[in-house]
Amino acid sequence: MSGIPILSLMTFLPAAGALLILAARWSSSGQHPGHDTGVKWIAFIVTLATLALNLVALTQFDASLPGFQLVERVAWGAGLEYHMGVDQMAMALILLTNFLMPLCILASWNIEKQVSAYMMLFLALHTLMQGVFGAMDIVLFYVFFEAGLIPMFILIGVWGGKNRVYAAFKFFLYTLIGSVLMLVALIFMALMAKTTSIPDITAFAQQGGFSKNLQIWLWLAFFASFAVKMPMWPVHTWLPDAHVEAPTAGSVILAGVLLKMGGYGFLRFSLPMFPDASAYFTPLVFVLSVIAIIYASLVAFRQTDIKKLIAYSSVAHMGFVTMGIFAGTEQGVQGAIFQMLSHGIISGALFLIVGVIYDRMHTREIAAYGGLVHRMPVYAAIFLLFTMGNVGLPGTSGFVGEILTMVGTFPVNAWVTAGAATGVILSAVYALTLYRKVAFGKLENPALATITDLNAREWAMFAPLVIGTLVLGFAPMIALDFTKASTQAILAGYDVFGGR
Amino acid sequence: MEAELVSRLSSDLVWIRPELLLAGFALSATLVGAWLGDRISGLLSGLCALALVVAALFAWQMRPAEPHLVFGGSLSIDGFSSYAKTVIALAAAATMLLGADHFARRNERRFEFPILIALSAVGMFVMVSANDLITLYVGLELQSLAAYVLAAFRRDDARSSEAGLKYFVLGALASGLLLYGASLIYGFTGSVRFDVIAASADEGGLGVIFGLVFLICGLAFKMSAAPFHMWTPDVYEGAPTPVTAFFAAAPKLAAVALLARVLYGPFEELEDQWRQVIMALAAISLLVGAFIALAQTNIKRLMAYSSIHNMGFALMALATGTEKGASAALVYMTIYLPTTIGAFAGILAMRRNGKDVETIEDLSGLASRTPWLAMLLTVIFFSVAGIPPLAGFFGKLVTFQAALDADLWPLAVIAALATVISAAYYLNIIKVMWVNPPAPAFQSSGPTIAMTAGLATLLVFPVLVVGFGWVEQAALLAASSSFP
Repeated sequence: MSGIPILSLMTFLPAAGALLILAARWSSSGQHPGHDTGVKWIAFIVTLATLALNLVALTQFDASLPGFQLVERVAWGAGLEYHMGVDQMAMALILLTNFLMPLCILASWNIEKQVSAYMMLFLALHTLMQGVFGAMDIVLFYVFFEAGLIPMFILIGVWGGKNRVYAAFKFFLYTLIGSVLMLVALIFMALMAKTTSIPDITAFAQQGGFSKNLQIWLWLAFFASFAVKMPMWPVHTWLPDAHVEAPTAGSVILAGVLLKMGGYGFLRFSLPMFPDASAYFTPLVFVLSVIAIIYASLVAFRQTDIKKLIAYSSVAHMGFVTMGIFAGTEQGVQGAIFQMLSHGIISGALFLIVGVIYDRMHTREIAAYGGLVHRMPVYAAIFLLFTMGNVGLPGTSGFVGEILTMVGTFPVNAWVTAGAATGVILSAVYALTLYRKVAFGKLENPALATITDLNAREWAMFAPLVIGTLVLGFAPMIALDFTKASTQAILAGYDVFGGR
Repeated sequence: MEAELVSRLSSDLVWIRPELLLAGFALSATLVGAWLGDRISGLLSGLCALALVVAALFAWQMRPAEPHLVFGGSLSIDGFSSYAKTVIALAAAATMLLGADHFARRNERRFEFPILIALSAVGMFVMVSANDLITLYVGLELQSLAAYVLAAFRRDDARSSEAGLKYFVLGALASGLLLYGASLIYGFTGSVRFDVIAASADEGGLGVIFGLVFLICGLAFKMSAAPFHMWTPDVYEGAPTPVTAFFAAAPKLAAVALLARVLYGPFEELEDQWRQVIMALAAISLLVGAFIALAQTNIKRLMAYSSIHNMGFALMALATGTEKGASAALVYMTIYLPTTIGAFAGILAMRRNGKDVETIEDLSGLASRTPWLAMLLTVIFFSVAGIPPLAGFFGKLVTFQAALDADLWPLAVIAALATVISAAYYLNIIKVMWVNPPAPAFQSSGPTIAMTAGLATLLVFPVLVVGFGWVEQAALLAASSSFP
């Protein structure tokens, strides 16, 4: 492999872009009329370049090898290391991040308030999200994991909707309380294993380094953090608030990437490091997952705000992820990873879809719409595709994730699978109802008479997402083969159900 | 005989050159100031800053590998004290420059200001080097007396005078407690020297323990650890803002370092006894600092409670009784000082129509009025809240590491939860700056404030983050070379 630290390069490129924007802002004081557009272009090009670097990194990456690749390791101090590397699961999630980011910048093209600050925060967030998935040092992971709160807090708080301050505080404090408990557990583990390297701690744990009793406490501390991030019922309540108030691109990133950190955390830490505790708590996670799936679907059905509806549907879909992960079977975990990727694309697309009409009408009330298919046929078609993806129609990526997690869970616990399957029906109820109310019917609201269909920028935004969801729907093996090696590595240390 | 004494004295004097330099400056500046009056204050401030920086360099370059006792064992020059002196002098220099700038803008130039800061710094130097109970007391009083005068520095202002008086009366009470404790310790061990006390502390019985508890109470007062914190909010609010900035920075480190010296030196054998006291102080400080700050509307009072909360972290590190704990406390304070100074630089910039404003609401909409200041303050407050990747997080990280290493996990969990509560009020400040409708802009502030805030922010991120390993090594070396 070449000596270029491509992983760090791609992780920190957006941060460098943020500094560039800062420098530009500094030198021109933002007075120049084209300044804001220039800033948007810088951000867009930087995110595209990151995606390009990611594709280059992909060529240096061998999907068949278990373990971490593209490893970089530099001592940092106090026993900490700057230690980066990716396995297939991490690489897939980083790719998802880099895939969504340019689209988010496009979605933010209509932002007019403090554009420089907005784009800088977004680029900083981009660096941090890649860092979370790329970190191989447990403290470095925490640094990236937690640092993401800062840009998200400001993004929601400044550029969000009416109730944004409440939502920003709720998001920040909920996540922080989970995370600090995890920090204590992290340090504790590092002190016991005498290393902060994730693979080394995993090895230490799999040799029985943590007693079962200790595992239970550590598992709970990690659970406090990841369950909030996921979010699982009953600590999901920050999500609808944050989503509703976040700007469109913020919602996309929140649903598309930040929620995945919870699932990633369970797979990276809870399962391999605390196998006994994970097995012990599996019934709890199953119950919470099924409640999340059914309850969140029912709540989604009653929403009058489109974004809130989609937010609750996210909670339901994340229920499939936690269920699949803790089933501990290969299908289950593969399905969970796939569901994360697919949900990243579909829910991201749905939030963009809301963003398109919000930009035009400045309301997210379902009642304000109706009959959009008459004025916006292309929009309606795309909306339909992603609604079907959300429901889990075969041919879209949503189907593969749901069916795999259910197949994976069935041999472990058939009742839980049955419960989750009702969720699939319920998701059809709320998603189709939403689509019917917004797209079909008569064009009754006079304000809608002049609404225009997608423009070129929006076409560019949706095209990759449409391709993504269809490709993953028809040829899921692309993703499944890719993540197989890392799934098997994770499950090698988690053999509690007899290797089913 | 006499020649030998002189040569020993002169060789000892070399070891206290930072103290000599500052004391020499203070005394000669008093003479010059008495003669030339307040118009010389600008020059004296500059010289004082210079003297402090040189003293920091002296102290840093000394750092002996083993403790070196001077003046018959009353002062110990070692890695720990040298490290502490360096940071103290730099923090004092920064707050001194901020203060001189502030007073100059208000036309309140007084030549005494740099002198009092220098004297207080000498006091702190003596504190962190103290190797017997008398030196400890002398250092503490020198620092405190200068601080009492500073608190009442705006002598025409009722609030300032009240702050000075309150500080003095309560401080005298704490000194009394401390002296009483010291006399008990002397009575039961027969010596004031730390090394002699260390040898006989565990035979002294209950008397020594009583004395130790009184001593700790006195020191806890000086470092404003709850429940001995009552004076802090009032003094912070009443004293002129640059003086508050000074109080919030250097003396806190001096007090923590002194407490470390006392606990780890003479009373090392009594670890099991004092640990419970320190743990209780830490837990109460963490919680009081976090909860009561939630209700504050004045930003100086908020900073007071924030410093109480932060003292809780330093105490948690000291409660471990390990070398790692002592170094963690040093690292924590090293990171805490630039953060605090940066925050106060921001508070000093809060001026409208020639008046200082100091409620949190006055920061409303700062991000659209003065974006650079809002950005710097955002970084600083996120750092105090302990959010990575800012330096404040690494300060908390080392204290957590030390605490968990010593199996103090209940305290660590309390600290973790208190952090979340404290995050709420730091977030509130950030929210006010970014979200609230803009209030009228502040008067433009001089380059000193911009530079201090900028420098502090650079230290918070990225200098101390990238150089975190280096700071940690230096502190560990300082602690291990001094507490064998």
